Amino acid sequence: MNANITKIATGTPSERRKAEITKDFIKSFSIILVFLAICVLFTSLNQYFLTWNNWLNLLRQSSINGILAIGVTFVILTKGIDLSVGSVMALAGMMAANLVTTGNEHLVIWSILAALGTGAVVGLANGVLIARINVPPFVATLGMLSMARGLTLIYSDGRPIANLTASLRWIGSGNVLGLPVPVLIFFAVFLIGWLTLSRTTFGRYVYAVGGNEKAARTSGISTRTIIAATYVICGLLAGLAGLVLTARTTAALPQAGIGYELDAIAAVVIGGTSLSGGRGSLVGTLFGALIIGTINNGMDLMGVSSYYQQLLKGAIIVLAVIADQIRK
Amino acid sequence: MTTGSVTFDTTQHSTTGNGLLLEADGVAKAFHGVPALRSGHLKLRPGTVHALCGGNGAGKSTFLNIVMGLLRRDEGSIKIKGEVVDFRSASEALDHGIAIITQELSPVLEMTVAENIYLGREPKRLGAFIDFALLETQAQKLLDDIGFPIRANARMSNLSLAETQLVEIAKALSFDADIVIMDEPTSAIGEHEAHILFAAIDRLKHRGSGIIYVSHKLSEIFEIADEFTVFRDGNYIVSGSMKETTRKELVTHIVGREIKVVEKERPNAGAPILLEVRNLSRESEFKDISISVAAGEVFGIYGLLGSGRTEFLEAVYGMETPTSGEVMLAGRPVPRGKPRESIKMGMAMVSEDRKDSGLVLSSSIAHNITLSALSLMAVSGFVKQQKEREVVEEMIRSQRIKTSSSELAVENLSGGNQQKVVFARCLTTNPRLLICDEPTRGIDEGSKQEIYAFLRDFAAKGHGVLVVSSEAPEILQVSDRIAIFKAGTLVDVIDGHGATQQMIMELAS
Repeated sequence: MNANITKIATGTPSERRKAEITKDFIKSFSIILVFLAICVLFTSLNQYFLTWNNWLNLLRQSSINGILAIGVTFVILTKGIDLSVGSVMALAGMMAANLVTTGNEHLVIWSILAALGTGAVVGLANGVLIARINVPPFVATLGMLSMARGLTLIYSDGRPIANLTASLRWIGSGNVLGLPVPVLIFFAVFLIGWLTLSRTTFGRYVYAVGGNEKAARTSGISTRTIIAATYVICGLLAGLAGLVLTARTTAALPQAGIGYELDAIAAVVIGGTSLSGGRGSLVGTLFGALIIGTINNGMDLMGVSSYYQQLLKGAIIVLAVIADQIRK
Repeated sequence: MTTGSVTFDTTQHSTTGNGLLLEADGVAKAFHGVPALRSGHLKLRPGTVHALCGGNGAGKSTFLNIVMGLLRRDEGSIKIKGEVVDFRSASEALDHGIAIITQELSPVLEMTVAENIYLGREPKRLGAFIDFALLETQAQKLLDDIGFPIRANARMSNLSLAETQLVEIAKALSFDADIVIMDEPTSAIGEHEAHILFAAIDRLKHRGSGIIYVSHKLSEIFEIADEFTVFRDGNYIVSGSMKETTRKELVTHIVGREIKVVEKERPNAGAPILLEVRNLSRESEFKDISISVAAGEVFGIYGLLGSGRTEFLEAVYGMETPTSGEVMLAGRPVPRGKPRESIKMGMAMVSEDRKDSGLVLSSSIAHNITLSALSLMAVSGFVKQQKEREVVEEMIRSQRIKTSSSELAVENLSGGNQQKVVFARCLTTNPRLLICDEPTRGIDEGSKQEIYAFLRDFAAKGHGVLVVSSEAPEILQVSDRIAIFKAGTLVDVIDGHGATQQMIMELAS
């Protein structure tokens, strides 16, 4: 690890670039080890676990939580929290579905924009409440959790919207080059998010604002704008996740996404991002989401009751944080 | 290096050493094989104030943490009143009559002063119910005895920073300790409070307690200490009596070489005005202040705590929005309350507290250095890594930041190095006016002189410097002109060439 750091500082340009890319993975090294250990465990317990089909399945199952968790990582890096993402998923899914029930095939692009737009607008509302009006993030997004759910129920009158068009359903169940579309979306979001956080000025400002807001302001950063922007990103990705969920379940359900915010936050925390802001990476979140997906998948394969799955998942979250503290 | 005249006569102590409160010999401690302290020696006599001096990284904190039981030593011996001890926790040290006052404050804001002082040791009725009346009487008596003008029933959240620090000191004294360790106790308080503290220290001394006093402010050490010990790079260097040493000699021991004091030359008369502040006011903090800084000038502001000096700087820079008045930089008005715009116009600010508002501690040295100028190194939002690396390497070299890698988190650096990172960040935007609030707080003497030299150089290039300091010698050393603030008003602006400490202190109080 130290040799790597020296390379970044003193190596030749190509050495540096390589070291730079591996740096994030090394920082998340312990989480990758945990992930591999879990994989080894399930492989030894169940012969079906390490098959291509199961892995496609596992990745598909992890992708929605993964997309949510990437958005939540942005928010948590600024020392915030977003509890509203589960409800935003349902609202966005409902908006998307309403436009494209049978017969409206050509409107699928509008339904995608409707889902993303809904997410972004709710995210902006969160951002304004938090960054402008100084409502604590926990309170603002807790309120939004309830409001977005309420809007979903009012809008749908509590009834699901089914009969989605084929092109919308393709987003949930289609394949490109043998890979499920949700998985491709997840990986694309990860790549864009990772580039944003590690390579852009905006990404740097996110870390700076979370690490020390006052120092960031002294340095000439518009801290309020940065904070608000992270909630917009988080809402936008929640909208995207809602779209994928709706497409997969082939219906927009008013009760969709309940409790999803907790799995997303869990993935971020397992991934080593600090709830006190300024520290963490999307590589960690990626593996955090994969660990949660793997545990669910592996225990499903072994026929463990979902009651026990809940118990184990909780224990792993706490253990991950303890392991992180020991490492420090 | 060791000058015989100030070293303790070793034969003397072998005969009379029994009266010592604390005797540490050859104390050593290494972290992951890197020695932080190689040979800690210290002899504390009852009824004395003993200054423990050394630059950043000298091993003072490691030594004190071992004495306090927060760290275990690897080697050496520590005797408390003749008894060999090896504390495993701070409470064991406390049981042996050692109390510590640190610069880190830890008050419970929603409780009263009395409740804070006796937290966890409240007098009780029937073994369970806190006797609040007795608690308050006890605390008030303690505060009155040591002469702190604070009400025991006041809520902590209503106290000023200085008063909070005094309560922390009262708390340490409430343990009736024989040995009191004070680590930079005056870093958060003004001169008035400092003198209240010194009076309390005097009382402790006469009670027979011994005080180990750590401070970077040499004038304080000369005011209250009786004896001194110097550590440098983890080694014991020398001990002696304050009466028999001089400021220059002590600094030489601390730094390990003679320090060249920065000379200042008078800037050209008739240079153009760089910064002009007209009738600036902000609520009750300061009112109707007009000053101007010429190109090539270091303009100092001196005032006691609460004089409005920091608030004034923050309003000039745009961290806070003034209620009236205007700020002009090179003839153009500076937008109010927008640090971003101020930076664009050519200002940069080194703020008072590195940890609170100067640095993102969790981020790397490189990322801190380029934080202000990042958009200048980016194309459509993406940071150009090569360009950034060049800037970082250049700054690390020119500011002489000591580090093995620019990827290291800033929290791992010493105070002096951290402050250099702050300066580096400010310089990346090529400012014309540098605003500094207490630029040398908590920094060792060697680094201080480097910073003074830097400020003078910066101004000599035709730029301007606006600097606030609560240390009179510092403001006198760097400033061409000095503005004296008192209770939110500008009392006077005097010539910094030829002003004396007494002059500015009298004007300010």
